[in-house]
Amino acid sequence: MSTSELGEAGTVAGASVPGLPDSPAQPLPTDTGGDTARWRWQSLGRWEVALIGFVLATVLYGMSESHYFLTGANFFDFGLNIGPIALMALPLTLIVITGEIDLSVASTLGLACSLLGYLFAHGWPLPLAIVAVLVMGVLTGTLNGVLVTRLGLPSLAVTIGTLTLYRGIAEIILQTNTITGFPNSYDTVGTSPIPHTQFTWTLGIFVVLAVVFAVVLHTTPLGRSIFAIGLNKETAFFSGIRVKRIKLLLYTLSGLMCAGAGILWTFQYASARYDAGTGLELDVVTVVLFGGISIFGGKGTIAGVVMAVCVIGGIQSALTLINVSAQAQEVVTGVLLIISVVLPNSGATLNQLRARWVRTTPSRS
Amino acid sequence: MTTRSISAAGSLRIAKAFLRAREVSILIVILVVFGATTIYNHSFADPLSVQQLLVGASVMMMLAVGETLVIITRNVDLSIGSVLGLSAYVVGDLFAHNPNLNILLAILAGTGVGLFCGIVNGAIVTVVRVPSLVVTLGTLYVIRGIDAIVVNGLQINPSSIPSSFINLGYETIIGIPWIFIIATVLVLIVGYAMRTFRPARDLYAIGSDPAAALLAGIPARRRVFFTFVLSGAIAGFAGALWLAEFATVSSVAGLGYELLVVAAVVVGGVAIFGGSGTVLGAALGAILLNTINQALVAARISAFWDEALAGALLITAIAFDRYVFLRRERALRVRLAARVNQ
Repeated sequence: MSTSELGEAGTVAGASVPGLPDSPAQPLPTDTGGDTARWRWQSLGRWEVALIGFVLATVLYGMSESHYFLTGANFFDFGLNIGPIALMALPLTLIVITGEIDLSVASTLGLACSLLGYLFAHGWPLPLAIVAVLVMGVLTGTLNGVLVTRLGLPSLAVTIGTLTLYRGIAEIILQTNTITGFPNSYDTVGTSPIPHTQFTWTLGIFVVLAVVFAVVLHTTPLGRSIFAIGLNKETAFFSGIRVKRIKLLLYTLSGLMCAGAGILWTFQYASARYDAGTGLELDVVTVVLFGGISIFGGKGTIAGVVMAVCVIGGIQSALTLINVSAQAQEVVTGVLLIISVVLPNSGATLNQLRARWVRTTPSRS
Repeated sequence: MTTRSISAAGSLRIAKAFLRAREVSILIVILVVFGATTIYNHSFADPLSVQQLLVGASVMMMLAVGETLVIITRNVDLSIGSVLGLSAYVVGDLFAHNPNLNILLAILAGTGVGLFCGIVNGAIVTVVRVPSLVVTLGTLYVIRGIDAIVVNGLQINPSSIPSSFINLGYETIIGIPWIFIIATVLVLIVGYAMRTFRPARDLYAIGSDPAAALLAGIPARRRVFFTFVLSGAIAGFAGALWLAEFATVSSVAGLGYELLVVAAVVVGGVAIFGGSGTVLGAALGAILLNTINQALVAARISAFWDEALAGALLITAIAFDRYVFLRRERALRVRLAARVNQ
């Protein structure tokens, strides 16, 4: 649950100003203001530190399980597996920081895959088809953004809708056909790394873009605006931040990058099908949340997401090496996700339990 | 004379309120889809075809009931698809090892599996106070992974399930499938409880404004915990009946159901941020999505259109809700302004 639709800047001008920020799991802040601020700062620091520990533990675990883990070839496989997810996670990170969500990412990838295959099969030259698919990504992202910002609809519901809609359009376009036979020069995306490295194209592009995203998010006014929107939309609006325009921009960016990931996905697997990446949205959300981005917005770092990519991709890679099935690996992914919210909160929970103990003890004596 | 006009106005108001109710509008949409499809393909209204329609919607209806309770409290339970899969396999496995197992006992076992999952979800959400979206996304993976480990690539076949159990999914009484009757009874019981009992009304208060609910003395955490337990138990129960319907189960049973159910619930008029909506509406939402699905097949429109239409319908539904909300708010403001001016 991200933010209430009531809080949209447009309705504030009227009569109703929602009093409290909505956080269903924490109905009332019980700590005093100063304590909360200090606590928040500490927990923010702690989660990134914990992630460094997770990365090291993952590498050590991988090395202990298989001497194949730290080889270039395995790093290439790691990139094939996690690269597309990582690419989609970057724009989603910004969207979650503004307090919204986009669940349609994997469907956009599937639609891109489908459209690329369809256009290629109908004789379009590939460069032109790629441009068309990117334009489609901009359009699908903008549609999400318009529904969320201009109509003021809750993003969770909207993007569950477009998740189904985009996958459905992909299905209409390509039906059950599988398009193959892309030129070899493109299909090498899935078989050989970027020259002179062991990075897959998806992972290489991710690393470059992660730096760009980190600089924009953490050093520019736009980045600070994104945090401000997530912390308090009304305050951001009255501070002159164009809340709706920035959100719309982020959704468009998300559509564009998912379409790009879809193109790379198509070439990586040398085939186009409508069901490409089905269910991947949950993996993308997992990476973002495990990276320490608060689901309520306003908190998180790109560095955290990059480390989350390393941990989740690394563990999957290690478990694959020792023949654990992909489905059984999901136990680990799920446990990590739960840890990522429980651990930073466990201090507060203990404090509360202790406070209750202190409160109840005198009455007993 | 005056009394008559008042009563006429009153009945008009009742009629208007009736038409404005979300349940009625969904029912009308269902009937329109059904009618239009029948005109195109007369066999769509055959008793057998209608029975198939009801059977197909039943499991989704039950899941929608549990999900509605959770969403009304401004939470969400994404683990129900995984819970359903695990429960279905456990029940199937019980039958495979004890062919003479009592049917009620088997359903109870499935419900127990769901109950346990619900307790875990509820405990993490309410004790540690972390967002349910993240927690249940995590348990979605964990439970599905455990399911995969338990199933271990095997599959339960119809031959190892007693026919009396499978009959639950196919046998009818006065032309209505048993599984649909069970789902309807569940909807009616929970729907009645949500209108009548105070703890159930508390859920609406919690969802409308968590802080105010707490100040009003509502034990919010206990109530939210209970909705997660109930949602899990219903998903487990639905898992057992899912097995009765399909008679075969592998590790992908119920995969991706969570988002379908949330879609059905939202189409049924339950606000995604809690505080409003009914169980009946959610169940009708599930029936509507299933009717559209079957109608496409019957109308010989390619089934490829199914997902796209469902998505478009969901977006239309929430956009419509928003429009109605804004209009009502504006009307209220005008009325308020008029009163102030007097």
